[in-house]
Amino acid sequence: MRDTERGKSLRGGRDGSDEAATEWRGTRGARTSHVPYDSALAALRAIGRAAPAAAAVGLLLAFNAAFTPGFFDLTIVDGRLAGSLVDVLNRGAIVALLALGMALVIATGGVDLSVGAVMAIAGAAAATLAAQHGAGAWAAIAGALAVGTAAGAFNGALVAGAGVQPIVATLVLMVAGRGAAQLLTGGQIVTFNDPVLNFIDGGFVAGVPMPVLIGAGALALGLSLTRGTALGLFIEATGDNERAARLAGVRVRTVKASAYMLCGVAAAVAGLLAASDIRAADANNAGLYLELDAILAAVLGGTALRGGRFSLVGAVLGALFIQGLTTTLYLHDVSPNATLAVKAAAVLAVCLAVSERVRVWVWRK
Amino acid sequence: MVQRPARFRFLRALRVLRVQGLLSPQDVPLAATVGVLLALFAACAIAFPGFLSPGVARNLLVGNAVLGLVCVGMTFVIISGGIDLSVGAAIGFSGILVASLVQQGWHPLPAFGSALAIGTTGGAAMGTLIHRFALPPFLVTLAGMFLYRGSALMVSERSITIRHPFHRTLAEWGSGPVPPAVVMFVVAAAAGFVVARWTRFGRDVYALGGGEESARLMGVRVAGVKVRVYAISGLCAALAGVAMTLATGAGNATAGHLAELDAIAAVVIGGTPLSGGAGSMVGTVAGVLIFGLIQEAMPRAGVTNSWWFRIAVGGLLLGFVLLQRGLEGRRGRS
Repeated sequence: MRDTERGKSLRGGRDGSDEAATEWRGTRGARTSHVPYDSALAALRAIGRAAPAAAAVGLLLAFNAAFTPGFFDLTIVDGRLAGSLVDVLNRGAIVALLALGMALVIATGGVDLSVGAVMAIAGAAAATLAAQHGAGAWAAIAGALAVGTAAGAFNGALVAGAGVQPIVATLVLMVAGRGAAQLLTGGQIVTFNDPVLNFIDGGFVAGVPMPVLIGAGALALGLSLTRGTALGLFIEATGDNERAARLAGVRVRTVKASAYMLCGVAAAVAGLLAASDIRAADANNAGLYLELDAILAAVLGGTALRGGRFSLVGAVLGALFIQGLTTTLYLHDVSPNATLAVKAAAVLAVCLAVSERVRVWVWRK
Repeated sequence: MVQRPARFRFLRALRVLRVQGLLSPQDVPLAATVGVLLALFAACAIAFPGFLSPGVARNLLVGNAVLGLVCVGMTFVIISGGIDLSVGAAIGFSGILVASLVQQGWHPLPAFGSALAIGTTGGAAMGTLIHRFALPPFLVTLAGMFLYRGSALMVSERSITIRHPFHRTLAEWGSGPVPPAVVMFVVAAAAGFVVARWTRFGRDVYALGGGEESARLMGVRVAGVKVRVYAISGLCAALAGVAMTLATGAGNATAGHLAELDAIAAVVIGGTPLSGGAGSMVGTVAGVLIFGLIQEAMPRAGVTNSWWFRIAVGGLLLGFVLLQRGLEGRRGRS
């Protein structure tokens, strides 16, 4: 509880410097969890963050083991892995990518509402470059990634540079982004047919679908970037107590801006996957409402919404839980409309499970 | 009470205005919104002949009544420091509910009543969850959005035409001098203005948005205020759904798609910061009218592509956000 209030009072931004100094002492005394994996205890804690998501995925798998015949069957068709599990991994890759970036942004104490729109812009950029400007596939991919980086830099400049509240800052791109994507495509659905671009979502390497590999690669890259270097520590310090982090010498603005840029790049890759899936850029529907799924996945994966801690493994597990739930309901012939209601129940259950107030309440009883 | 000379009464009224914040520097965002609205209107009036006709003014109101209704409720939520993502889906749900009830032989009035009751109860339930378990409003209302949209699609995936003489009469008034949707919007906005400025509940909402802990210490009953704020938003969204059935003569489960986004944008353009604790209903109405003006002006300026509308709204939003940020910064330094 105290922790929540501390975070809030700081985000209010009205604090004087000596108050911040007290905060810093308080932080040092109360919590030592922001040491990266240099002790077994810290490593255990980091794994613990992903525990709710792991438990949810475990429950889902147990349910399927009991009630869904053939869920765990893996077959090889034409040298390609197939089966419900592969399907979950394959279709969950997009939300997993978004959740990876979102976890970093949320950990800095922000949120990025624009990832769905950035997906649409990146897809539109790649498709128009390849189909209308005759650029090669690699140029199209580079263009999409550049657009994603630019979008992230725009968000980062607003949040870190101008000091705008993250929800509002990213709302700007959320509102205008789809318009920009339609501007690129001229309001049309731009189709393309390019072996490399098609391969991004539809290809297989050693029998494994490309989205699974891209998702795994992004997770590995994210882990080495945040846990192999001090970036993760800086991100968590910034989100936990921005003023204290600045006083301790962390370049808070740079850290925040890089989190938004990483999120933008992740969204661009997700946009490439989505476009490659339908071999077209659909500016209206690509990534629609996926920002919400991504936030849900990150929170389910143990990333605190008020910032200060994140778990990339947890975020991916959260995304796989969401996709696993959808696939399971689909396999049980539940209508897609009822799936929305189940998803609502899942969101609430997750919120309640990670709520401190509920924990306090349960303990008191 | 002793009757004072008129001069004193005038001075007191001025002071009341100042105390109410109508003349204070905090109202610069509101002044900017109203200024942009007037400037846009003047520009349109000069650039497009015939823009000053009553027909255009009528279009402005009729075309934005549904959005405006949602914005009235959203203003309360945002002033209280929260956010409500469920309103767009609530429009779709109440619309399809009314349509399917009428199809089953109900009179439209009780059908409207049940839609409003469900909207209000749903909002109150979300408010209760948000307060009782200290959950982020963002995620709770997201769950509400999924639930409303899923339920609406379960009622009917297809649009249901409403065939009832009473409903048809109401709908036909829509093309007459007093369109019911506009009446609903104007009444809701006026009521919202009065409640926000001149009631205890209104002050409590501002206090809550300014800081929950200090509001609690001031004696605000935080639980009740929060629940009522989301109930009001749910009621307004349900009203918007009803207004939508009057405008289209049908209920559609997918109606109100992305309306939550437009509503939040209009409220922020109206000078209400998403951080809560400030803002006004006048600004929100101005924000909605700016939305309407852009929509009216674009085809006249030869821009028929809908995406420029979204880009323009995003640009305006950016401008206002930076303006608000600039003002905050200046106040923080002084």
